Amino acid sequence: MASGEEDGTVEEKETNNKKRTKGAIATAWLTFYNIAMTAGWLVLAVAMVRYYLQKGTHKGLYRNIARTLKFFQTFALLEVGHCAIGIVRTSVIVTGVQVCSRIFMVWFVTNSIRQIQNEESVILFVVVWTITEITRYSFYTFNLLNHLPYFIKWARYNMFIVMYPLGVIGELLTIHASLPYVRRSGMYSLRLPNKYNVSFDYYYFLIIVMLSYIPLFPQLYFHMLRQRRRVLHGEIVVEKDE
Amino acid sequence: LKHVEILDAKTKDKLCFLDKVGNIFTFNPQWYPARQSIRLDPKGKSLKDEDVLQHLPVGTTVFLTEYAGPLLIYLMFYFRVPFIYAPKYDFTTSKHWVVHLACMCHSFHYVKRLLETLFVHRFSHGTMPLRNIFKNCTYYWGFAAWMAYYINHPLYTPPIYGEQQIRLALIVFLFCQIGNFSIHIALRNLRPPGSKTRKIPYPTKNPFTWIFLLVSCPNYTYELGSWLGFTLMTQCLPVAAFTLVGFIQMTVWAKGKHRSYLKEFRDYPTLRSPILPFIL
Repeated sequence: MASGEEDGTVEEKETNNKKRTKGAIATAWLTFYNIAMTAGWLVLAVAMVRYYLQKGTHKGLYRNIARTLKFFQTFALLEVGHCAIGIVRTSVIVTGVQVCSRIFMVWFVTNSIRQIQNEESVILFVVVWTITEITRYSFYTFNLLNHLPYFIKWARYNMFIVMYPLGVIGELLTIHASLPYVRRSGMYSLRLPNKYNVSFDYYYFLIIVMLSYIPLFPQLYFHMLRQRRRVLHGEIVVEKDE
Repeated sequence: LKHVEILDAKTKDKLCFLDKVGNIFTFNPQWYPARQSIRLDPKGKSLKDEDVLQHLPVGTTVFLTEYAGPLLIYLMFYFRVPFIYAPKYDFTTSKHWVVHLACMCHSFHYVKRLLETLFVHRFSHGTMPLRNIFKNCTYYWGFAAWMAYYINHPLYTPPIYGEQQIRLALIVFLFCQIGNFSIHIALRNLRPPGSKTRKIPYPTKNPFTWIFLLVSCPNYTYELGSWLGFTLMTQCLPVAAFTLVGFIQMTVWAKGKHRSYLKEFRDYPTLRSPILPFIL
């Protein structure tokens, strides 16, 4: 009957409208988020260059940028949320692993083990991360604005070839440098006997973390290489990881 | 091997069956042998021409490996086999009687599982992909080693509330072991051998099955209870972790089973929850 049909189409239109507004809000938020992150990592880059030009050394550089680095890297946890609620079509697990490994490096290695903060390897991975993140976030921003300059796309899918291995080297060297200090201080470790009947040795944990790079890094690297071949050889870009 | 069926991978139709293993045959003249692929699992890899069906891991063998592992591994730690703890502790025994009790309970649990696999369970699908075996064994064996290491450690700390805690824990553990066994028997009796009819499980004369009134998968409920008992008994964080992970996995399975019961039976009792009465 007439009113029944009208109710049906009105409901449909309402849900479609809701979907469209949700999509618009999501896009607006993501655009803001990616612009903010691009800006944040740019600020970091500028701060590092200025420090080095003024002081002529990398010593003390980490302490100088530590707060900004911690802030913006921790903020990236939101990206896991974006995948979880579906406004970004990437696997929650892949994003989760990537963000967690960064958080781990920043908070549980460099932040807590002060003696290694002046190591060159720290500067190495921080520089690599900064270049990578500026490229990545500006790529997402331009994508959302539907205006992607080719050079940003080129940068995103080519620079990792060098950046990724360099970053891994920086991270591994840093963890390795921290080992003697961890062993000596016994930090983050729990010894027997205790009422929970469990023990944890941060020193051996770090060694296991280093070893885990061996299976994990090649997988991520070859995944990026496959994405690159698909994107730069004119095929449809699907920003969805398997 | 008594009876082997070959099913179409897509439609699950029975193409043929073998009851005289060793015959050379062609079962579908439409595709010559080179275009035919036989697999144990629709998503698994193709069997090679040389594979002998009898020698492939199937059904009970998988479960036996999964359960024999933890049984033996725990005993190795209990008897303090060399290279685990400091050499001065080799082949010594713990001075805490709860450690001996824990070993008996853990061993009892896995012996019960092995016997059930051999004599009680009827498997609805006789196959399991090789990938799963590796994953499952790593899980069971890994956790068993992790638990056993701390419980049988020379520096083990017995439960804070001593005998009271251990006694309560033992009661809970035994109650749930009997319960779990009762459910397995009840489920077995639901389906006579060879029949394919599926029925709703109901409480029987055995009081341990009365939980069917409130729960779809009481075998999982009792299993959770057993491990909670064991956690209380040993006061060991790795045991608590194992209980938690097991609970999460069993909840997923219970919800799936509950959903399929609801789909299959119109008159499925509405009072029942998947695994925890009224809660989950």
